[in-house]
Amino acid sequence: MNLLNEILQTILSGISVGCIYGLIALGFVMIFKATEVINFAQGELMMVGAFIAFSLISFFHLSYWTTLLLTTLIMALFGMIIERVVLRPLVGQPIFSLVMVTIGMMIFFKSVVSMIPFWGTDTYGFGTPFTEKLVRYNEIIVSWEHLSIIILTLLLILALFIFFRFTKMGVAMRATSQNQLAAVYMGISVNRVFSLTWVISAILGGFAGILLSPITFVHMNMGLIGLKAMPAAILGGFYSIPGAVVGGLIIGVTESLAGAYLPIGWKDVAAWIILILVLVIRPYGLFGTELKKKV
Amino acid sequence: MPLLKIRNIETYYGPIMAIKGVSLDVEEGSIVTILGANGAGKTTILKTISGVMDPEKGSIEFLGQSIEGLAPDKIVRMGISHVPEGREVFEELTVKENLIMGAYLRNDRAEIRQDLKTMYNYFPVLGERTAQQAGSLSGGEQQMLAIGRALMSRPKLLLLDEPSLGLSPILMQEIFQIIKRINSEQKTSMLIVEQNALMALTLAQHGYVLELGRIVLEDSCKELMENEDIKEFYLGVKEESIRGTKRWKRKKKWR
Repeated sequence: MNLLNEILQTILSGISVGCIYGLIALGFVMIFKATEVINFAQGELMMVGAFIAFSLISFFHLSYWTTLLLTTLIMALFGMIIERVVLRPLVGQPIFSLVMVTIGMMIFFKSVVSMIPFWGTDTYGFGTPFTEKLVRYNEIIVSWEHLSIIILTLLLILALFIFFRFTKMGVAMRATSQNQLAAVYMGISVNRVFSLTWVISAILGGFAGILLSPITFVHMNMGLIGLKAMPAAILGGFYSIPGAVVGGLIIGVTESLAGAYLPIGWKDVAAWIILILVLVIRPYGLFGTELKKKV
Repeated sequence: MPLLKIRNIETYYGPIMAIKGVSLDVEEGSIVTILGANGAGKTTILKTISGVMDPEKGSIEFLGQSIEGLAPDKIVRMGISHVPEGREVFEELTVKENLIMGAYLRNDRAEIRQDLKTMYNYFPVLGERTAQQAGSLSGGEQQMLAIGRALMSRPKLLLLDEPSLGLSPILMQEIFQIIKRINSEQKTSMLIVEQNALMALTLAQHGYVLELGRIVLEDSCKELMENEDIKEFYLGVKEESIRGTKRWKRKKKWR
């Protein structure tokens, strides 16, 4: 029973970290689908979100839920500004330049955060309503912290699903990512779609930051986790929204199990081993399909 | 006053001048066709009208207002809708979602629902497959979807780019009949670009012949069908004469 409990907890904490990989991977996929750019600054968006949440809680003494809401709004604005100021002037330029720009943003955000007073290069943390609370069911003990990450991620994904399936703007965003020229013929403003894509990606990043901070701490380099969300996105096929989430979960659970039951060091390569195995069997990723065109 | 009035437009693909001073009119409620070989610039004219490409020179007037250089969404809003070459449906959206995207700029929900029914009436196949992904439709069904989608914006002028491309003769007939029906029932004016000259000339009232970016001939379709050059070069009617054997030697009258 004890071993079972242990495995269960390992898996659960893997799922909760996997949710965060999934959220960041979702950010990658959203931007890639719309603009064919891989946004290397996605992890840094999460870092900025975490710092904003940390400031709101520690300096302004706002409640967790207010912070969640406010951070989402600030990140939305942040995403909009990035798109308008940095990316829109580059429309029509080679994709490679755009990718380089996102790498530049990654470094820029890190430097700026390290220069801001009270942020800097130190490590911070903040408490949440879920800190150090446990859920007991017979002998199985689960921490609320992990459970809350899973529940909040599910809610966010549900909201995204509803947006993309049932709202006109959501359908228009899917349409634009499938056929940009046809979207233009429909009168869809591609600029607005791109802007909204960045807004949603920034929100996803900020959300991931708030969820991750209580279990890892807020730090300038926390965006490096984006490097682990990348295999999650690739695993899912890089074109698929459910794929990104499932990819994140697989990477998270594997990593957690490898960390608990394999020698030190395996934890960090586990994700990549899984990635290589899956790509050998399915080169397009789990949810990806070969691109076909009907003539 | 014509619904659409184009005067001397010149459009470039980079350094290449694709349209070299084209003028044409579309009267309200009429069907007008542009004939021409591959690469004559037919598609470019349509793209210039719908604002996807901007003309370097010349003017385009729609409902008396000049629209050249406007953003595509403004042009859709004014009442011009484009059925692009090769259909270009949103493959991973359902049939219904595709149609709803056609009405993207409209906000009158009840009437959009009404128009959806009208489209299913024109294209019963689409009504049977509302929840099916557009990419899984056959070529003909996709063409119907593309036309229906364009009509969902309630256009006054419909631009049709090669609606018969890649379709079987029977399907082609069917599509053209529906186009005719829509024109007479909805009073939608149409500008059709076609390689199938016989079809286009039967359907339209007025025709223009485009060669290498220039209009070389314009007339009513009745007259055009009697024209010797059109007969020979576009309709493929062979006359009993020595000319047939020395076809390459003969110059078209307009050159």
